Amino acid sequence: MIKELTCIECPKSCSLMVDIENCRIVKVNGNQCPRGQDYAKAEIENPLRILTGVVLTKGLAIKMVPVRTDKPIPKARILEAADEIKKLKVTNPLGIGDIIVSNFMGLAVNLIATRDVL
Amino acid sequence: MLKRDLVIVGAGPAGMAAAISAYENGVEDILLLERDQYLGGILNQCVHTGFGLNYFKEILTGPEYAHRFIEKLKGIEAIEVSLKSFVVCLRADKTLTYFKPGALETAQAKALIMATGCREKTREMVHIAGGRPAGIFSAGLAQKLINIEGLLPGREIVIVGSGDIGLIMARRFILEGAKVKAVVEIQQQTRGLMRNVVQCLEDFDIPLYMRHKISKIHGRDRVEKVDIVKVDEELNEIAGSEFQLACDTVLISVGLIPENELIEMAGVKLDKKTNSPVSDEVNKTSIPGLFVCGNAFKVYDLVDSVSRDSADAGRLASEYLRGLK
Repeated sequence: MIKELTCIECPKSCSLMVDIENCRIVKVNGNQCPRGQDYAKAEIENPLRILTGVVLTKGLAIKMVPVRTDKPIPKARILEAADEIKKLKVTNPLGIGDIIVSNFMGLAVNLIATRDVL
Repeated sequence: MLKRDLVIVGAGPAGMAAAISAYENGVEDILLLERDQYLGGILNQCVHTGFGLNYFKEILTGPEYAHRFIEKLKGIEAIEVSLKSFVVCLRADKTLTYFKPGALETAQAKALIMATGCREKTREMVHIAGGRPAGIFSAGLAQKLINIEGLLPGREIVIVGSGDIGLIMARRFILEGAKVKAVVEIQQQTRGLMRNVVQCLEDFDIPLYMRHKISKIHGRDRVEKVDIVKVDEELNEIAGSEFQLACDTVLISVGLIPENELIEMAGVKLDKKTNSPVSDEVNKTSIPGLFVCGNAFKVYDLVDSVSRDSADAGRLASEYLRGLK
């Protein structure tokens, strides 16, 4: 079975033709770099996405601190994870890359700040 | 009056890259003016990933991409950064007048780089019938409200145009718990990158109506619903194809135009259609020593390309200054 995917790893947005047999990838065509191969594999077996958002602060210089997961998380958990982010509040100054929640939702990823907040 | 070798207006990705490059090419007296209270420009509200793969070979969010340049700027004494500084007047001899808290300053520059970015096209530019109820936003304004101000502008959203900012905002609204009813694109092809169609719309089953347009916005005090109609290849409405969607918010994401009011004031020739400076070379204008870089010169798809070309503007300014001596 051939499945068509669009690679989201870079702005080129390569069209991938993924040859699948018994739920396993036999061959990936159309990718212009190795990222496409990895993306296709993850997309078929366990789609992953980096989650980004903003967390409310209190008593700090900016009202919202931008955040992201330091590694991709399962696509199926994205909405739930976005809801979790909304419940958080940061009250201490943070540097870019500082961990806000470690082992976020038990997914073995950290939620980190993407901007300095004084 | 202040006298500077090089003045740069705007400290977004273009202005920061130009300033650093000018210094690296030997300019030692640089004033960088930024109207906001932070460096980084619009990158600060682009909290999603997708920046930096070309320039840094890494995938970064907007604030992270900006941070790389901000840190570099901080280490360069020759660059004076003036925040909350809003330029209101520019003359052909490269004198500029700007407000900053408590002062009205005038600076005379030997060379000038304008890095004033672009603005979003508005509803008025795409002619959508209807009244003027609350709830109609440009996509970038909605992005600022959510990501910087922490405010949710609406709960049921229809997006006009498939530009990248609109696609990014479709996902952003979903993650904030709002409903995105449709993205409506009049053309046959999406304006934004395919990867954004996939990761922002398809991931969340948001309907994308190609070759459709919004023919009317309804609502008195607040947006209540929109009329959507299919169009043919000449973009004429197809009778009988109309339908309505209830919503409280309409986002406009129909493209960007360079912001060049100041250089127009100084007499730089602009292309009336694109609002870009008339020029046969990137970053140059009809006034020698007055350069324009980044989205103010032409609207780019990627900030990585803005950084690359703006570094060239810094180099061009340094060469111009050397030629004066």
